[in-house]
Amino acid sequence: MKPQRFSPAGVALILGLAFLYLPLAVVIGYSFNASKLVTVWTGFSTRWYGELLADSQLMAAARNSLVVALVSATLAVVLGTAAGIVFARFGKFRGRTALAGMIAAPLVLPDVIAGISLLLLFVAAEQTFAWMPGRGLFTVIIAHAGFTMAYVAVIVQARLKGMEREIEEAAADLGARPGAVFLHITLPMLKPALIAGWLLAFVLSLDDLVIASFVAGPQSTTLPMVVFSSIRLGVSPKINALATLIIVGTLVLLAAAAWIGRGALKMKTPRL
Amino acid sequence: MTSVIRIAAVSKRFGPSTAVDDVTLDIRENEFLALLGASGCGKTTLLRLIAGLEQPDSGAIFIGGDNMTGTPPYARPVNMMFQSYALFPHMTVADNVAFGLKQDGISGAALTARVKEALEGVELETLGTRKPDQLSGGQRQRVALARCLAKRPKVLLLDEPMAALDKHLRERTQLELMALRARLGITFVVVTHDQSEAMAMADRVAVMEEGRILQVAPPRELYERPANARVARFFGDINLWDAAAAPRRPHPAGIVAIRPERIHMSRTPGSDTVCEGTVADVAYLGTASTCFVTTTTGLTVRVLVRSDEGAPPFTPGERVYLTWPASAMMALDP
Repeated sequence: MKPQRFSPAGVALILGLAFLYLPLAVVIGYSFNASKLVTVWTGFSTRWYGELLADSQLMAAARNSLVVALVSATLAVVLGTAAGIVFARFGKFRGRTALAGMIAAPLVLPDVIAGISLLLLFVAAEQTFAWMPGRGLFTVIIAHAGFTMAYVAVIVQARLKGMEREIEEAAADLGARPGAVFLHITLPMLKPALIAGWLLAFVLSLDDLVIASFVAGPQSTTLPMVVFSSIRLGVSPKINALATLIIVGTLVLLAAAAWIGRGALKMKTPRL
Repeated sequence: MTSVIRIAAVSKRFGPSTAVDDVTLDIRENEFLALLGASGCGKTTLLRLIAGLEQPDSGAIFIGGDNMTGTPPYARPVNMMFQSYALFPHMTVADNVAFGLKQDGISGAALTARVKEALEGVELETLGTRKPDQLSGGQRQRVALARCLAKRPKVLLLDEPMAALDKHLRERTQLELMALRARLGITFVVVTHDQSEAMAMADRVAVMEEGRILQVAPPRELYERPANARVARFFGDINLWDAAAAPRRPHPAGIVAIRPERIHMSRTPGSDTVCEGTVADVAYLGTASTCFVTTTTGLTVRVLVRSDEGAPPFTPGERVYLTWPASAMMALDP
């Protein structure tokens, strides 16, 4: 059959892809603009990449953001997995509803509320225990892990619910103690969920402006905070260059995740 | 004979429903015991109680003479083959089989040898490097079996081992399981809802209903001398009549039963005719036909007529005369 060149579905697909990717393409294109004005194209240049690397404030913020995202995503995977297992495997227990509500709260709570409540908590903690004076990266990490673990918990819980309970029971029946069952059976089968959860947590943390603005200390400005404040002074094409680097980095990360997870994704639930 | 498993007055409830209700059962060394019952009768729960995957609410379970009530599954000398097989999807066939052995601290050459032996036992030695999703249903079942047998358990528990197989494979697997049992000399406990499977394979069958064991006996005894009408109904076809309405009334009360193949049907009356009636329906089964006869007293009688019993076959509407020896009738409790 001859493929239809202008099928309605094909047109819809192209429009959809354009809607999603055109803004990214524009940013990447303008990052090579020679002009100082963000929206006026004058010629090809890589000068903004050079200026970006020379901008110590932006580079420090980028480093802060990466540290926060890496640590908080890892923390979120550990905590979120624990929460997901509790919800999927522990059945009914006292306080389950309260815990479920608290785990799910960050999914629906406005960032402004989360940010201000965390700020009040950290200030109160500082006044009471002289803990974390002035706040810093660590407070941002705690805040980010706290809200991204909710997403990890949801993903892990869904994966566990789709997993046959009998597989873990079979491992126990074959002589594996609970610790060995978790390490050799549950965890490897959760691998795709853990990778997906970590990536989601990483991206959410990297992206967060509101909560970080509340809880970050003076020396721990994150990238979104710098970018956002610089907009008020007029956007520099450096930001375009930075955005391009982040897009490329994200693509590399996603490709790596797909490559690592290729075995795990092929894993099907056994047919009956 | 010594009992390898003793289930003593065990009960298990799930919320308001009682899955296993005060069951006492001795499983003998080297026997092939089938737990037979409709779905939801508690047979799988009983198996899981033996494996330690459930803990009884009351009663005790002894395995090999030791009280194993409350002992976790990993410390019990029994292994279970799950209905879904529950293979580890992220491991190869060989790793699946090796898993249980590694938990016992077996490693190196001894581990390799035991895995090889187990896979050879089920004729899968060439598929050790495959993943479970690259196997057929029958192959997956054999991996699950090898994984259990590699541990050399005292007792092998099988939950509906044939449920996921097609009919042809089912018969072959039945024979293989029986050969395996004869070769290894270990105790098999099989849960099944299929009475013909239970009768073909088992030394003894425990018939379960609503969490209770109705009768435990060899298949022949269950068929010929069922303890009550519910057991009789489970095993093959049977005529069950209220004693008051039955022809040739041997007992004044209760239920009388007779197997359809014990009734002789003819077109001519004889001196020993018990009752007469009209053929209402005939179901042709190949080697035999089941005829449903309505007697003059209004009773429906199921009669099995062998196909070689003499032509021509009976047809609906024919006048027939039925006879049977008084010894063929059984008096049963409801």
